[in-house]
Amino acid sequence: MTKLTLDQVRHLAALARLTLTGDEEKRFLQELTDILKYVEKLQDVNTEGVEPTSQMNQLQNIYRPDVIEQQHIKPDDILSCSPLPIIEHQIQTPSAHG
Amino acid sequence: MLSSLSITDAHRKLKKKEISAEELVQSCIDRIEKIDSSINAVVFRNFDSALKEAKKIDSSGIFDHPLTGIPYLTKDNFCEAGVPTTACSRILQDPVYIPPFDCTTTKRLKNVGAISIGKSNTDEFTMGSSTETSCFGPTSTPWDTTRVAGGSSGGSAAGVASDECLFGLGTDTGSSIRLPASFCGCTGLKVTYGRTSRYGVMSMASSLDTIGPLAKNVEDIAIILRTIAGHDPYDATTGNIPVPDYPKHLTGVIKGMKIGLPREYFIDGLHTDIEQATKDAAKTFEKLGATIIDISLPHTEYALPTYYIICPSEVSSNMARYDGVRFGHSIKTPKHLIDYYERVRSEGFGDEIKRRIIIGTYLLSAGYFEAYYRKAQKVRTLITNDFDEAFKTVDVIIAPTSPNPPFGIGAHQNDPVAMYLEDILLTPQNLAGIPAISIPSGFSKKNLPIGLQIMGPHWEEGRMLNAGYAFQQATDWHTRKPPL
Repeated sequence: MTKLTLDQVRHLAALARLTLTGDEEKRFLQELTDILKYVEKLQDVNTEGVEPTSQMNQLQNIYRPDVIEQQHIKPDDILSCSPLPIIEHQIQTPSAHG
Repeated sequence: MLSSLSITDAHRKLKKKEISAEELVQSCIDRIEKIDSSINAVVFRNFDSALKEAKKIDSSGIFDHPLTGIPYLTKDNFCEAGVPTTACSRILQDPVYIPPFDCTTTKRLKNVGAISIGKSNTDEFTMGSSTETSCFGPTSTPWDTTRVAGGSSGGSAAGVASDECLFGLGTDTGSSIRLPASFCGCTGLKVTYGRTSRYGVMSMASSLDTIGPLAKNVEDIAIILRTIAGHDPYDATTGNIPVPDYPKHLTGVIKGMKIGLPREYFIDGLHTDIEQATKDAAKTFEKLGATIIDISLPHTEYALPTYYIICPSEVSSNMARYDGVRFGHSIKTPKHLIDYYERVRSEGFGDEIKRRIIIGTYLLSAGYFEAYYRKAQKVRTLITNDFDEAFKTVDVIIAPTSPNPPFGIGAHQNDPVAMYLEDILLTPQNLAGIPAISIPSGFSKKNLPIGLQIMGPHWEEGRMLNAGYAFQQATDWHTRKPPL
């Protein structure tokens, strides 16, 4: 059905925030083509009138009150997991503008 | 060796004060120190904390709960407060991720006094069928250390089978508890979707992920399940459905039980020793008074391609959180934020993760979503309907767990599709959300373990466990020990 190109692999990698080396691009092109070829088998199945699965254990919508809990964990404990500098309880990331 | 005890036996001895929790934990530590270099099941040893916990429990002297003082291994994607947790990925190392909170499952275990002794090996972020994509290297089956333990919960399975612990925790998204249980010769349970809480367990594919136990027998599995199952407000997919007293379901009486044998699971290429073991298992069930009924699950062959659309699509979304900002790997002197993301992720993720992210990004793109993801969700409905239809006439379904015995380390290194095919009998249950357990059912001519899968309808773990329990009362495959 679809044939992947090297440009598409590069584009997809960029969308997913990955950079691939030249070798990786070539290898992935082949491997991803094989995987897509394998999953194309599904086109043989007649699914006319079949509802797509959105839930499979019979549960209905689950609601709960939107309550902030800080009993077991504090925001600063979570911030301390960051490898980046913390300034005034916020993470300082590299500039978005270069 | 105390670490070879079942939970039931260890509990009896602890309660009678014939042994102490400290001795039991020490026995697991000694075993890990002696043999783990040959199987590579444990990636973080939390021994000091485990011994401290054991001493505390011994000094209280109360062993009312069957898991009090029982040592276990946790797969490396379960967050435990203060314990390095990396999903065996470079992206959660340097600096290593140390979660400041407990996942619900280890918290529930901690509350009853079970003792976590370390983290077990897994394929990176659980993506794999052999534990070879771990950044810590592969885990071997203790039956032949040149062969894989199966995956992705290979560390927990190999650890249980080689008596490094009394039980292990794993996750199963499309084989990851049952395949390693089969390859290592232990008992492993994939629960009904939503039966156990996944809060604090790193996600792979959210509509498929389940967490469950691996143990030495079905009786032990029932004890663990009763403790960890049930509603959790932190995981909205857990049903507010009462948790049965699973050990009480284990009567061992299955007279009159109707057991389905699906013809589609006897695929071309099914290893003859496994085919034979499955047929022998059916005969054992018949001797116990059950009726074997040939059934058809006509969409079985479409389960794996369906899985390999849904899984990478959800992976590509779940892996977006690993960006080097809130936790994990970081790099020096980025040019800007996008450069930072790209370099962190490209250095941090291994090949299988990158493959699935890129495929998932493709499958979810405008123009392809309908043809792939939507189509797969429709076929998924048909796969679920097959099971619903079958369970109108049978109580449980049995089938081989894997078409092959454990394969050699590196055998599928350059062929992702060949690796995916190892899960061919194991993805339909995740797509349908039904429970399934793998139990030891024999050995190949090369003395490699073989697993039998028992499946049940949604929320019917009790019935399924009783079938497995009856089988283990009549056979001794689960008591065989590997030559380590």
